[in-house]
Amino acid sequence: MARHTLAALVENRPGVLSRVANLFRRRSFNLDSLTVGRTHDDEISRMTMVVDGSRQEAERLEKNLYKLINVIEVAHLDEKGSLMRDLALIKVSADIEKRREVIQLCDIFRARIIDVSQESMIIEMTGEETKIESFTELLQPIGIIEMVRTGVVAMGRGEHTLKHDAYTPQPALAGARKSVL
Amino acid sequence: MKLSGAEIIWESLIREGCALVFGYPGGAILPTYDALTKYPQIHHVLSRHEQGATHMADGFARASGQVGVVIATSGPGATNLVTGIATAMMDSSPIVCLTGQVARSAIGTDAFQETDVTGITLPITKHNYLVGDVRELAATIREAFHIARTGRPGPVLIDIPKDVQIEETEFEYPTDEIRLPGYRPVLAASDDEVQKAVEMIGESKKPLILAGHGVLMSGAVSELKAFAEAAQIPVALTLLGKGAISEHHPLCLGMMGMHGEACVNNAIQEADLLLAFGMRFDDRVTGALETYAPKSRKIHVEIDPSEINKNVEVDLGIVGDLKGVLGQLLPLVHRPSNPEWMEEIHRWKQDTFERDVINEDGKDKLLAAHVISDLWKYTGGNATTVTDVGQHQMWEAQYYPHDRPRTLITSGGLGTMGFGLPAAIGAKMASPEEEVWAIVGDGGFQMPMCELATAVQERVEVKIAIVNNGYLGMVRQWQEFFYEERYSATPLISPDFCKLAEAFGIPSIRVTQRDQVESAVAEARAHKGGPMLIDFVVEKHDVVYPMVPAGATLNEMIRRPTATPEMV
Repeated sequence: MARHTLAALVENRPGVLSRVANLFRRRSFNLDSLTVGRTHDDEISRMTMVVDGSRQEAERLEKNLYKLINVIEVAHLDEKGSLMRDLALIKVSADIEKRREVIQLCDIFRARIIDVSQESMIIEMTGEETKIESFTELLQPIGIIEMVRTGVVAMGRGEHTLKHDAYTPQPALAGARKSVL
Repeated sequence: MKLSGAEIIWESLIREGCALVFGYPGGAILPTYDALTKYPQIHHVLSRHEQGATHMADGFARASGQVGVVIATSGPGATNLVTGIATAMMDSSPIVCLTGQVARSAIGTDAFQETDVTGITLPITKHNYLVGDVRELAATIREAFHIARTGRPGPVLIDIPKDVQIEETEFEYPTDEIRLPGYRPVLAASDDEVQKAVEMIGESKKPLILAGHGVLMSGAVSELKAFAEAAQIPVALTLLGKGAISEHHPLCLGMMGMHGEACVNNAIQEADLLLAFGMRFDDRVTGALETYAPKSRKIHVEIDPSEINKNVEVDLGIVGDLKGVLGQLLPLVHRPSNPEWMEEIHRWKQDTFERDVINEDGKDKLLAAHVISDLWKYTGGNATTVTDVGQHQMWEAQYYPHDRPRTLITSGGLGTMGFGLPAAIGAKMASPEEEVWAIVGDGGFQMPMCELATAVQERVEVKIAIVNNGYLGMVRQWQEFFYEERYSATPLISPDFCKLAEAFGIPSIRVTQRDQVESAVAEARAHKGGPMLIDFVVEKHDVVYPMVPAGATLNEMIRRPTATPEMV
């Protein structure tokens, strides 16, 4: 078992998210997180999926994603060659006495305080999942009131670009042809 | 020209080559049924249940190779399609289902006969649509047909709100390239793949072809024959692969799998190279995966990339359309012949012949296997047979050899009881010149029994052979083998099928002895102008042999007990 991160370009149409989400249950994939958002191209959205499983299972997922008509391109991102980021908003209980401690922790972790009230503060933190996890571990004794995370978004470094070339009338073979040799 | 959505539906269907639709009207699809009166070139078949309509369209598609079309209303009409759609999905049958939906403004309000049919059918369709704008309707129908019939075929559903059917727009059927950036079926093998396959075949001493439904769907029957002959490789068939090569061809071994011949399963286990063509290593053909075909390298040619390495790890996976890929391989393939392999197979075959139930005299009882074998004989082996699911289906597969593609129509993947009768109606309507027999059990016949009325109304000359053993036979067989003969909920008390037929105005014959089979078949064959039914009252406690118990190794078979000791 290992974690696998897949990125997919999908047509920006109603129902695409439920098609992808359904796949995980339908084919018994162990989904850790799924994020979706628009890209610079209005017609295309991008999803990042993190799954637990063997390499074969990740390959099976990739092929099944390609089977969905609205999925255009899929990439299996490797950890070294890509950047992975998670964003968290964390509301901690912080009265006047505890504020200094929270601010210090935020400095160390390069997190930002984006809201302060009498009894609490909201912290925004972006980073790899492990970094967010160690940060929240340290905040735990101070008192986390509420927390939300986006789930991982990921992008390949340098030339490893997931893109959808302008549509060409000939059947493009590259995308669907995965090496099975 | 301004047309209503309803008119656009029919105009678009006509442009997709559709002249026959199967369906059932209702509130949310009324505008479309109203517009149908303006299109006499389309024949609408009224089923008695929407599920029957989907099986008819499926049978039509499998017999003709064309897209079958179903039309139904919203809510219960649409949900009744589900089993038929799932059946078509599992067996890659191209059908397009059009369902009415409540008006756009009512969607999400739990309106009368509203259901989320695109949600319900999401995992059992190749793709589906909810049409939100009448201006997208024609292009959507065109896309649906394209998706249904290309790549790995399958069912596509289009849900059309009532007000979209009523709304008018300028109609012009699109002719430009279909723009589906995420849908790019791979059709040809790469040079590397071809070379690797040719090498592996050249090195093999005991090769075996596993031919599946893909051979038929791809239209690769003549290529398969040429390939098998050129390389002198024997061919084993999946259930849906029957007809991929003539079962009388010297290289054809017959059906593999749970109820396959022992000689075929032995050959799979002993082969040193398996060439899997257009099949998907279903659990019913592999038995236990851990011990499946342990001595072989494997080449898998398949149009759906997700099937490669899904159940069985292969040494070479080739994504492509079988007809084209076999065409690429054919001029290059070369293999020194290995008569010892053929002799080994021949010895297993001899053993199979010796154990055959056909050798029993069957004087005092009517055996289902004899009925099927006689049916084969008296129809000259040339009929299209459409089966239901269960024991009779396996006996059909064992005792009705098929020489031509698309002459056995059966629900393989989903194993849908109730498929046989309506699918036979669809198949007969696809090929009126073919002799079509529905071979069904007494259980599976009673599920879609209402479709007898459809056959009568449409004067469909389908012959119905009920293999009547008073049990849900296949379930009873499992209870006998694996549940210590506790026959829970499998005995059936059925109506008198001949009287039932009479009520529908269908002539019928009851057969209880083997010497009555020939004349009954002859009478049914001679009957014109509508369906004819034969009730074959067969031995109650008969069992389909051989059988690989679920989860056992493929050649650990339960053989006919009267036979000589177990062999592997």
